[in-house]
Parts: sequence; structure tokens; C-alpha cells
Amino acid sequence: MDFGFLSQPAFSGGGTYFDWVITGIKWTMLVSLCAWVIAFTVGSVLGVMRTTKVVWLKGLATVYVELFRNIPLLVHMFIWYFVMPELVPKSLGLWMKQGMPMPEFWSAVFALGFYTASRVAEQVRSGIESIPRGQTHAALATGLTMPQVYRYLLLPMGYRIVVPPLTSEFLTIFKNSSVALTIGVLELTAQARTISEYTFRTFEIFTLATVVYVVITLAVVVIMQFVETKIRVPGYIGTGR
Amino acid sequence: MLRIPHLVAAIAAASLFTAPVQAQELTGTLKKIKDTGVIKVGHRDSSVPFSYLDDKQQPIGYGVDICMKIVDKVKAELKMPNLKVEFVPVTSQTRIPILMGGNIDLECGSTTNSVERQKQVDFAPTYFVTGTKIIVKKNSDIKGYDDLKGKTVVFTQGTTNERAMKAYNDEKKLGINFIPSKDHAESFLAVQTDRAVAFPMDDILLYGLKAGAKNPDDFVVIGEFLSDDPYAIMLRRDDPAFKKLVDDTVTGIYKSGEINKIYTKWFESKIPPKGINLYFPMSDGLKAAIKNPNNTGVGACGKMKC
Amino acid sequence: MFSDFDFDVIQRALPYMGQGMMFSLGLTALAMIGGIVLGTVLALMRLSSIKAISLPASGYVNLLRSTPLILVIFWFYFLVPIAIKHFSGDSYAQGIGPFHSALIAFTLFEAAYYCEIIRAGIQSVPAGQINAAYALGLNYWQATIQVVLPQAFRNMVPILLTQGIILFQDTSLVYVVGLTDFMGAASKVAQRDGRLVEMYLFAALVYFVLCFIASLIVKRLQMRITPPR
Repeated sequence: MDFGFLSQPAFSGGGTYFDWVITGIKWTMLVSLCAWVIAFTVGSVLGVMRTTKVVWLKGLATVYVELFRNIPLLVHMFIWYFVMPELVPKSLGLWMKQGMPMPEFWSAVFALGFYTASRVAEQVRSGIESIPRGQTHAALATGLTMPQVYRYLLLPMGYRIVVPPLTSEFLTIFKNSSVALTIGVLELTAQARTISEYTFRTFEIFTLATVVYVVITLAVVVIMQFVETKIRVPGYIGTGR
Repeated sequence: MLRIPHLVAAIAAASLFTAPVQAQELTGTLKKIKDTGVIKVGHRDSSVPFSYLDDKQQPIGYGVDICMKIVDKVKAELKMPNLKVEFVPVTSQTRIPILMGGNIDLECGSTTNSVERQKQVDFAPTYFVTGTKIIVKKNSDIKGYDDLKGKTVVFTQGTTNERAMKAYNDEKKLGINFIPSKDHAESFLAVQTDRAVAFPMDDILLYGLKAGAKNPDDFVVIGEFLSDDPYAIMLRRDDPAFKKLVDDTVTGIYKSGEINKIYTKWFESKIPPKGINLYFPMSDGLKAAIKNPNNTGVGACGKMKC
Repeated sequence: MFSDFDFDVIQRALPYMGQGMMFSLGLTALAMIGGIVLGTVLALMRLSSIKAISLPASGYVNLLRSTPLILVIFWFYFLVPIAIKHFSGDSYAQGIGPFHSALIAFTLFEAAYYCEIIRAGIQSVPAGQINAAYALGLNYWQATIQVVLPQAFRNMVPILLTQGIILFQDTSLVYVVGLTDFMGAASKVAQRDGRLVEMYLFAALVYFVLCFIASLIVKRLQMRITPPR
């Protein structure tokens, strides 16, 4: 294996192939992080909605979760990127295609974010549901209202319980961000593919890309393990798992 | 002692005239085809009229027709009239790795014979001559390459046109915003739906795409040639027996004049699926290539230096 | 917006998309079987007390689980044929074909995920069962195959099937190497006829209906296996 080609000037754009790799990592991180903001907030709201006793809130959230998780991510990407601009009023559609900056980036962020929100919702719901009902009853008995029960008991406890599954959801988003290459986002996998095409160094560049994914994943896992030990709920078995 | 080599030479010489391949040990692709009973032909999805899918999703086109002549020749040489033909879809990005990996034996599409690709694969004699231009909407304000400054341009990944356009962009410092796409139909659709203002591609393919559009008159192909692109069938490197068979077949079609019939069928007649006629008479470049069959490649960056 | 919706284009493309669906379903079924078999082997390896056996399995699983599926598909699609040539020494070796490339990629990728499911399943079998099996005079293999795995799999069936649904959705990613699965067929027609809206919405609908029904079936199965407390 010879990685010397990375320092060669790239075919186009002025930089080296190494710069292309860095750009790829940048877009992978940007897509993942922006999508995570959406997935976490929307997923949390939906997850809480599914635990409430209000029928229509619960129903709405259930429909969302079923609808989004039963359609492949690739199809979500295509719908946000190709279909959405054709369904909105013409001038807005044209703006989505030409006027707005980086349409492929935002389509990818929305597709990935709203898709993953359905998975986050399930984790949040199961986290809240795993809190023994007796605690809710006890809280209500002390005179707290239902919103207060959520605010002071269910949410703080629930989130501490679901940190591990949410970490793995974040890692999933990070890996799934590669699907954005299908709509033209030049993230890490796309850059690796392009570099292999220009340099014929397929083996080397794919190895490099794989190592980058593994290293970032390991870094996230190590950080989150530290976070978990800090926020672990005492008295629960295996919360660190 | 001298007799034996003479005898061998005599048999070898005789076999050249009688049963050329059978008498020799089969090698390379021909051996593979004989052993497996299948020839795998790579085709494109939307390279009209070279290699594309008709309304029954069968691969058809000028390149496919010529490839089928090669398949016929293989059948005759190997005495395998029932040889199975397997069509494998390829894209601009996948065609070379797939060919090198042995998943196809011939690539019949719209592949430019470039010097750089010759390091990886081999080419049959040139069967079409074209070059990079751009397609734009007629009512747009793009009248030449320099109007693309700061605009969005879509390209098909893995094409020579991508490189020609990028080299031009670098040289003229146009600051074009490039978006990649997987195949020509997808790229052209980006122009149709206003996602990009232009699509650089070989002019003949642009005419093919334009003719197939809902409103062909809305689009126009403009610009000087940014690159020269001689098309040829691709095959694996270092496979002299198969290369010779392919070369002989293509040259044979050129010599016998059969090429004119095939050319007319795809470029000057109505073609499936919509019955459009490209009205594209044979260029002088192609006439010369047919008169003197060759597989000379071109540089990587079109007419720019890189 | 829906006024110029062309349902005709969907109808014309149905046979082609049907072929694509067979590709997707075939790939899913075979990759699921392969993934479960290989995943079981990996799970048993990971649970081994011998480091030389458990470490390679853990390494494999962690590597595959931190790599995006698309990258894995590229790896196998572009490099396996070259590797075959390299190791067989035959530069005209028979390629393994796009379907088989995809099948190998998905099997090896999914095996890492199935391994973790199966490992958890095995660990959920009470230790007393294994001790009892050993007490009856069974050796490791007999105990594993006749006592542990049947109980583990019984509990795992719903999760394995759910993973199968995810796998079915993931097969759409063969789009990136231009294969004609269901999504590939939909997108080829969409692009050729300039009918993105109809084709992609139709594809979404088909995926939704299939996956939703499958997930309902899995849910019912789960109720039967583990009645809610």
C-alpha cells in the first residue's frame, strides 16, 4: 500500500487528494450533526407524545413513526431532493432548486434527520415507559400535575436511561450520512469513490475511508462511555451497557 | 531432429487456415466464455442511441448491435451456437472496475477511448467520433461556456466530459458550482427541472437526450467542442486472442460496408422507444475512422492542459 | 401539483419493477439466511473464553458495525473481483457477477448485526440450562446445538425478522452501483420518462405497505412468543 498519491495535486480545484479527504470528512460531520439536531428534537417530541394519554397526540406520533421507519432512507433522500420541489408552488420549488444555497446538503439533512427522528422517538418512548409506573403514581399523589411529572420525573430519568441507545442512534446517523452521496453530497464515501476513479488507488483510498469511520466511531464510543458513567442512574443494573 | 519443429510449424500453419481457434489452446476471455458458456455484455441505461433501454427494458442501440456482431463471431469461432448472452447494466463510474473484475467481457456503450483509460483496459477500433458540448434551456441566458460563471452545472460521474468541463472551469476561473449525478438521464433531468443550468456531455448523446425530451424544442446544444471523444467498445487488456477477434469483427463490418446500414438504422431512422429520428449524418471524423480503423486514445482533460 | 400526475407511467413500468422487486426480495432472503448462519458462528466465537477465537470475531463485528453499508458495497463491488483474480492467479477468472457481489457484501455486513442479536439471545438462556446439559453428559457442541441455540432462537425470532425488514430496506442501496433492484428499476424509469414525482412516491408507497405489513406480522408473532406481562 502506498499513500503517496494523497499529496499529489488533485485533478481539479487546486488542492491535493488529501484535501478532498478532509472536505469529505467535513461534509460527513456537518450532515450528521445537523441531522442529529433535527432527529433529537423531533424524535424527543414524538417519543413523549407517544407516552401521553391524549389519544390524538399519541395517534399522530404513531402514524409518523410507522410512516417514516417503513420507508428506506434512500427513498427519503429522493423524495426530499427530487419530489419536494415539484410539489410546492412553482416559485418556491425553483428557489429550492436554484436559489437556496446547497440544496443537496439541506435535502440530505432533512431526510436523514426526519427519518432518524422516528427511531429516536422509539428510544425515548421506551426509556420513559421503562420507568416504573409506581413512580408516576407517587409523583401525582404528592400533588404534581402531569406536565410537572414529565418535567421533574419522566424526562430527566428517561433521558439518563436512553443515553446508550441514543449514542448508537447517533452512530447510525453518522454512518447513514453516506447515503447523501446519492443526491450529490460529496461526503467521505463519495470523495473516496471519486479519488479512486481519478487515481485508480481503490484499495488504499477505501482503506483510508474505512479507518476514518472506525476512528470517529471509536472516539464517540469512548466519549459517551465517559458521559454514561457520569449520569448513570444509581440502582439500575447495567445502565452502562 | 529438425523434423519435429518443422512438423509442428506445418501443423500450426495449417491450423491457421483451417480451424484457427480450436486447434490452439484457448486463452483469456475466449477460454472463459468457452468454460462458462456465457458471454457477459455490459450496457448503459441512457446512452441514446448507442446503448440504452427500450420500452421493454431491453438494451438496444448502435453499440449493442456491433457488440452482437462480435458475439456472433464468438459463437462461430467457439462453435457454440447456443452461447448464452447475459446483459449487465453499467454506469460511467462502474464500467471499468466491472470489466476489469470479469463481470462483463465487453462494454458496449459510449466510452471515450482515452490514453488514461488505456492503462486499465483495451479498446476496439473507434466506432464513433464526438466531443463535449453543453445542453441548456433555450430560454436561458447561457449562450456560451463563459456565461456559466457562478452557475450550477451537472455532470455524470466518471466521464471525460466531467474532466473537460472542470479543466475549462479551472483555467478560466469561472467558479462553477458542480453537482454530480449517476447517469446521463439523471443529469439531463437536472437541467429539465432547473436544478442545473447546463450539462456538459458528448454532443451526440445530448442530441439523443434532447430528442427524447417531452418538449425537445425547449433545449439547445451549444458551444465549441471542449474535447474530442472517440468512442469504442471496451475489453480487458492483455488478451490478444480476444482482442484480435473483436478487432477483426469491427474492421470486417467497416470493410464490408455493413457499418453504413447499422449507422443509418440508429442515426438516420426512427428509433425506439418513441420513434424519434436523430437526423445525424455520418461525420468526416467517423468516415476517416472507418476508412482507417484505429484505436488511438485522447488526453484526459479535453482541449485544456492538465 | 397532482393535476398532471401520470399514473400510466407506473402501470407501464410495473413488469420491470416486478423484476426489480424479485431481485430485492431474493437478495434479502439469501442475505438473511447467510447473515444468520455466519452471525451465529460469530456469536459463538465472541462468547468463547479463548481469546484467540473471541478477539477476531469481536474485531470483525466492530469493524463492520462502524462502517457505512454503502462503503461496504463499494468495497465488495470493486475489490472482490480483483481480489479473486489476485488469489486465484488467473487474470481472466470468472467474475462473481453483480448479484453475487451484492449478496456477499450484504451477508458479511448483516452477519455483524445478526451476531449481536444472537449473542444477546444466547446470553438470555439461563445458565442452568447449560449446566444441566453438561450434567447429562452432553459435550459443548451437543449442548450448544441441542439445548442453547433452539431456546435462544425461539426468543430471537421477532428481532431477527425485524432486522430482516431493515435489511430489505437496505437492499435499496445497491442503487449506488447501478443494479436493477426495485428502487433501481423505479429510478431508471423515473429518469428515462422524466417522471420522478410519480415513480418515487409510488416506490415509497410500495416499500411502506410491504414493510408495515411485515412489521405487523412480526408484532403478532412476538405477542405469541412473549405474551405481554
